[in-house]
Order: sequence, then structure tokens, then C-alpha cells
Amino acid sequence: MIRDITLGQYYQTDSIVHRLDPRVKIVATLVFICSLFVVEQAAGYVAAVLFLAAVIRASHVPFRFMMRGMRAILFLLLITFFFNLFLTPGEAVFSLWKLTVTEEGITLAVKMAVRLSLLIIGSSVMTLTTTPNNLTDGLEKLLRPLQRFRVPVHEVAMMMSIALRFIPILLEETDKIMKAQMARGASFDEGNLIQKAKSMVPLLVPLFISAFRRANDLAMAMEARCYRGGEGRTKMKPLHYEKRDYVTYLVLGVYLAACIVVGRVVPWGSIL
Amino acid sequence: MALILDHVTYEYGNGTELLVRALNDVSLVIPDGQFIGLIGHTGSGKSTLVQHLNGLLKPTSGNIYYNGEDIHDRDFSKKRLRSKVGLVFQYPEHQLFETDVFTDVCFGPKNLGLDKKEVQLRAFQALKQVGLPDDCFYQPPFDLSGGQKRRAAIAGVLAMKPEVLILDEPTAGLDPKGRDEILDLVASLRKENGMTVILVSHSMDDVAEYVDRIVVMNKGSVCYDDEPKQVFAHKEELEAIGLSVPQVTDIMHALKKAGWWSADTSVITIEEAKKEILRQLRKG
Repeated sequence: MIRDITLGQYYQTDSIVHRLDPRVKIVATLVFICSLFVVEQAAGYVAAVLFLAAVIRASHVPFRFMMRGMRAILFLLLITFFFNLFLTPGEAVFSLWKLTVTEEGITLAVKMAVRLSLLIIGSSVMTLTTTPNNLTDGLEKLLRPLQRFRVPVHEVAMMMSIALRFIPILLEETDKIMKAQMARGASFDEGNLIQKAKSMVPLLVPLFISAFRRANDLAMAMEARCYRGGEGRTKMKPLHYEKRDYVTYLVLGVYLAACIVVGRVVPWGSIL
Repeated sequence: MALILDHVTYEYGNGTELLVRALNDVSLVIPDGQFIGLIGHTGSGKSTLVQHLNGLLKPTSGNIYYNGEDIHDRDFSKKRLRSKVGLVFQYPEHQLFETDVFTDVCFGPKNLGLDKKEVQLRAFQALKQVGLPDDCFYQPPFDLSGGQKRRAAIAGVLAMKPEVLILDEPTAGLDPKGRDEILDLVASLRKENGMTVILVSHSMDDVAEYVDRIVVMNKGSVCYDDEPKQVFAHKEELEAIGLSVPQVTDIMHALKKAGWWSADTSVITIEEAKKEILRQLRKG
């Protein structure tokens, strides 16, 4: 039932993208997102699509997994598309009843839809090729400089990895409790909104109790192994950059430069 | 009237990983009033099997009949089925949620749409049946001891007056005293109410003394389905699939192997073992 939901959707396989240092992938995702919003002209988007296609190709992750993330935001995508289409002021192309479609509206709607789709696919490349643990490790190391401003970087990273670790456990637990209450005649999908909300009580109370119990046990287990926060703590597998990581940074720089040049200078018309 | 599983196969997989076949062509007839032990090591499919019996899982192929009706027929009420086939999950205490034990036990019958008086009567009877002391009735369920919580949870299912009671590893995580109490409770429930009982376990010692029939599961298939004595005769085969025979049976086998006497190795309870050893001693 509920177990079919995949979260922290790591796709296990071996590829150059999987082997990259998580820091590189986080930075690359940020750069990619920035590049999407820097470019104004169609040529820039062509560059972004080509870049993304190359990365997906190198990652050995089937394309349909990328599209899964898209399904979740399809609704959002449609809303933005239609709002931009109808509500942008400018030169009218045609009007439907009270709604007017403008030339600017079409351009903006298409541009935003493309940006959003590329953004989602781009970031799912990161989550699909990096284990949650690696991701938090990378984040911790990237944010390390913030420690000077008394930001508890290690603690935040630890909380994130604990939360990620617990998602599948709690999902399984939810499934179990749901079945157990169903065995006592409970139903979770009948009645109106209020009845539905009420029917969640027999599910949520045991789930929360079990979550607190697990949190307690985990805290105890960590204490028993003398966990005292990040101070002086070393890693079993410390992150360090390899040659391929430097090369990736280089490629990223070139990509960003290309995007700025192509996307802002070459006008729409010249490629159409 | 009975529960019948007809060539039930259940597969799952979330579309990404390999398909897992949790049940492989299982056919069983569970007649009324029988006490069945369902044995298998972790991951053998026994929990999956019992979740089919009250319609929580739908088989990929094959049918399940309750009193002659296909439980996945469109006009067959799952709610009614679940009141007739009561399933108590492993660690049932994790599903208690009400502010006091009595209200929690009321949850099941209330879901059946009975009137308030009947609900309370059933809850009271069920709590009496499981032998919880009266002063526990209005305590928060979280204040009870492990064994008491488990009794309260079993009462929650009993209050629906099931005809078939399925217990999924009811003794998991209990100390030996709690374990014996729960098993005795199950045996007495069965005797008093004439219910069909299915006891899921991985421990042969749990079931050997009580059950009429043992169904052994391995890798999603039924590999033995017979009276306890017949099943325990397959000592080596059982050990090969990660199970064991009851400790007393093991001892008798060891005695025979050591060449002490031509012991009868089909002994499955301590009482029988005592008799057999005494008989052999007198003979010698």
C-alpha cells in the first residue's frame, strides 16, 4: 500500500555522475538552476537542455525516473502556465471571453514552463544519483564556513540525515498501523472531510508514540556511543576531491559562461 | 463452513526493483474450529498469508473463499469479513490509541455500527475473557505492562466476536511468563468459544503443545501441512529451512543418536517425553 511511495529516490547504479563528490553535485545543481534564470534567449535554453541531456546520459538513470518528479508538479506547472498566458499585459493576440492572450504572455508562459521543468529534472538528477547520506555529508562540508557565524552546521546536517533515515521506517510503520486498525473495522477513505480527519486519530496516535519511542531509543544509543555533537568528530569516509571533480567544476564554469553569452546575446530570431 | 485459499499467489514490487513473489500458489482449507500453527522463518510469507485471510491484501492470482463466498467479490463486505476473521498483528500494543483501555476495546465493535450498549457489553466481555484485572479497564493503555497491553489489544479484536482468530507472533518480545500466559489464554479462548485459531510463529515450542495442525511455510510456499507429530518427523528438513523441532523432540533425537535406547522420537511435549523416558528406564 503506502510502501510504494518512494522518497529520497536514490537510483542505484554505477556511473561517473554517481561517483562524483556530493559537493560538486550540489554546486552543479545550483549553477544549473542559476543558469536557467540567467538566460533570456531561446539559444540559452537549447544549451541548458543539451547540458542536462548529456548529464542524464552519463548518469545511466532511465529517463522515466526523471519524469516521476515531473508528475508531482504537473498541476503547479499547468497553473503557472495558464496564469502567465492570460494575465500578462501586452499586445493582444486573441481574446477568449474575458481572457486575453498576449504575445508577451505566450513568451513568458513558455519560458516559465521550460524553466520549471528543467529545474525539477535537473534537481532530480542530483537526488537520483546521490544517497541521502552523501547529500547531507556534502551539505555539511559546503556549509562549514558558516560555523564561524555560530550556525550549528553539523547539528543541522545530523538532523537532516536522521529525518531522511526515518522516512522509510515511519512509512512502513504507518502501513502496519493502518492495517491493524483496518483489521478492527476502521476505514480511512469513507465519509466527508471531518470524518476522514477523525479517522486519522487511530493512525496518528500510535504513529506519534512510536516515533517518540524511536527518537528516545536513538538518542540513548547515540549517548551510549558518546556522541557529543560535531566538535572534533572525524568521518569514516571523509570527502575529498578527485581529478574528475575538478574537471567537473571546470566544465560547469564553461557551461555557465556559455549560457550567459549565448542566452543573453544571441537573440530569439537568429536560431529560428 | 471454512476459509479456503485456492491457488493464491501474491507478488509485489514498486515497479523499480525486481518483482518479489511473497506467496507462491498456496492452497489451504481451514475448517471451523481447528487450531492451526502457521510456522516459517522471517520472510517466509506467513504474515503475508494471514493478511490475505481478512482481505487486507488482494492476491495477484487465485481466490479466497469465506463460507463459500469469494471475499473479493464486489458485493462482499470487507468490514463484515474483518469482524468475522479477527487478525491481531505482531506487537499489537503499538496500535492502542484511546485514552483508556475500555474505550480502545470499544473501537472495533463501534466500527461495526452496533449500538452503544452492545458495544460496551462486548468490550466488557472481551476484557473479562482476556483476564485483565478490573482496575486496568479505565487506565491509559500506555500505563499497562507489556503482557497486559497485549491482552488489551487482543481484547480489541475479540470484542468484534470473530469466528476465526488469527494471531501474528503473539509472543514476540514477551518474557517467558508473559509468553506462557498469552498461549494459555489463546488455548482457553479457543476451548470456550469454539473459535478457529491460527497462531503464526517461528517457534515450534510455542505451538507444539496446543495446535491440531501445523502448516510450515518456506519461501512463499507451503512445504508441510500435517499433524504436529508428522511434521516434526522431518527434523533435518525443518532445520535445513531455518526452523527447529521442539526442544524435547530434539533431546529424544539426541538420546537415540547417542545409542542410549531405541527412543520414540515422535515425542513433542514435555509430558510425553517424561512418560517415554520413564517407560524406557523401566524397560532397561
